[in-house]
Amino acid sequence: MSTQVVVPVRKHVTAAERSVAVSSHVVLSIWAVIVILPLLWTLMTSFKTTSEIFASPFNLPAKAQFVNYIAAWNTAGIGKFFFNTIFVVGSALVLVMLLGSMCAYILARFDFPGNRIIYYMMLGGLMIPIFLAIVPLFFVLRNFGLLNTLPGLAITYVAFALPFTVFFLYAFFRQLPYEISEAAAIDGANEWRTFFQIMLPMAKPGLATVAIMNFLGLWNQFLLPVALNTNQKNYVLSQGLAAFASSAGYDVNFGALFAAVVLVVAPVLVVYVIFQRQLQGSVSQGTMK
Amino acid sequence: MSAAPTSVTIPRAAEHRAGRWRRNLTFDKISLFLVFLGLPLALYITFVVSPLIQAVSYSFTDWSGFTADFKPVGLANYVKILSDDTFQKAMYNNALLAIVVPLIIIVLSLALATLVTVGGASSGQIRGIKGAGFYRVISFFPYAMPAISTGIMWSLIFDPSSGLVNGILTGLGFSNFKSFPWLGNIRTAMPTMMFVIVWGFVGFYMVLFIAAIKGIPAEIFEAARIDGAGRFRTAISITVPLIRENVQTAYIYLGIMAIDAFVYAQALNPQGGPNNSTLTMSQELLTTAFNKGQFGVACAMGVVMGLMTVLFAAVVFTVNRVSGGKDRITLA
Repeated sequence: MSTQVVVPVRKHVTAAERSVAVSSHVVLSIWAVIVILPLLWTLMTSFKTTSEIFASPFNLPAKAQFVNYIAAWNTAGIGKFFFNTIFVVGSALVLVMLLGSMCAYILARFDFPGNRIIYYMMLGGLMIPIFLAIVPLFFVLRNFGLLNTLPGLAITYVAFALPFTVFFLYAFFRQLPYEISEAAAIDGANEWRTFFQIMLPMAKPGLATVAIMNFLGLWNQFLLPVALNTNQKNYVLSQGLAAFASSAGYDVNFGALFAAVVLVVAPVLVVYVIFQRQLQGSVSQGTMK
Repeated sequence: MSAAPTSVTIPRAAEHRAGRWRRNLTFDKISLFLVFLGLPLALYITFVVSPLIQAVSYSFTDWSGFTADFKPVGLANYVKILSDDTFQKAMYNNALLAIVVPLIIIVLSLALATLVTVGGASSGQIRGIKGAGFYRVISFFPYAMPAISTGIMWSLIFDPSSGLVNGILTGLGFSNFKSFPWLGNIRTAMPTMMFVIVWGFVGFYMVLFIAAIKGIPAEIFEAARIDGAGRFRTAISITVPLIRENVQTAYIYLGIMAIDAFVYAQALNPQGGPNNSTLTMSQELLTTAFNKGQFGVACAMGVVMGLMTVLFAAVVFTVNRVSGGKDRITLA
């Protein structure tokens, strides 16, 4: 009983075709619910009191308990960990983008003995599990006096984010036209100026993509801080959340634990919503050949 | 770190400049090289390469970390961990994760990507589904979330007495799930952990495969359709062979992740779960190193993890070649 008015020129979409689309939508919607529902439930539960949480998982909170957020921010130390994370991730991000683009630029634009070796050494870093290095890394940091310090953690982040950054930007610098750097050289710009004033600005789209990927990777990093940053006042968010979750078993402030989860996810959600186009674009770029 | 599977090969456009290299060693260029290459390399070698090499050499010693002297013990550490029940269990768990999790994630994300790209109603040309962008944006978010918060969120959802899952199940009338301990039961702890990992990764690979499928020229799908191939047939016989390389890359990355799996194991069952049913090698390594102070043994565990990763990649490459991946189909 289709009552639609079809423009006669158009070919008719058959019922079988429509059922394909409908069932596709059904499957994809089920998947979307599986993704969204846990997030919404966590958000809702973060406003309940502990006794409400144990009464029923479905009841809405009688009154939004913002005290949960205050407790998470202050008592659980999420606030402090938040600023630690901003410091560590912020400084690591600036450094890795600078060092990574410099290194990628040299490897991509200059031919010199050892170029390939360095490139493959970097590439190898993408495949090797961090776990293999973690124990000696602990002592390397201790010898530098950087163990359990925020700068030490930031430097480690830079070193481990370097391979991905170099690998991605290498391809990018490779594509930039040679005529432009040659023109700059003829106009009297030295190598340093050519890089900072000409090549780096031209690589902006690539830099933006890598910076976002690195931001997420570093913000979400868990193993390195757990092994190398064990002083509680220097905790970053990911390990602070884990510590709070394992202590919540004793003091049972579940409302605050839910609030802490929301507080850790929220900044990522903001970045995701703003940059999701670039993020998905960067994934797509990986498949282009 | 967040390494997107990337494979880029670019012709060596710089080849013609090679000759000029030696003649142009100005101060300008030397200083550029020292800073631009020297700084990142120094950092990388100090904090990544040298710890890796040290780990391998320490794995043959009885080093306890805090004393200066240690002596070589040959393969004793390896014999010890490979005959240790707990570590064996952890190896088994990681192997299970590496076999099952990538398979589920890839099948599921390929299926969802196929629905998004060819699931639309159409006459003539096959179309993508309406609202594809919406599904993509939603699905990708779990990948962007910190893995630790994913794990803790799900441990709260699977909570025996206050969790959402048992709430739904008892609501549907399954009263024996009233306080069922999903993560505390030997039979369900591991599948539950697998589910959480799958939830975290499917969206990323779905977006990746959507991009790969969109890279296939539309004419190929049209030709298949004219020849009478249905959507399912097209997906199996055309789409998958053409994006084979992406599937292989995804498989390897997921395998590396599963052999680690530290964050999820730590978030869901920090103690290794009932009867060590979710214990991972990574958890055991950290305990051995930083709680027991057996650094030599811990380094040997790291080497075993590294070898398992290499072995996994080799198996994936071999299976892909043997099953026909060597007959490369190119569209160029």
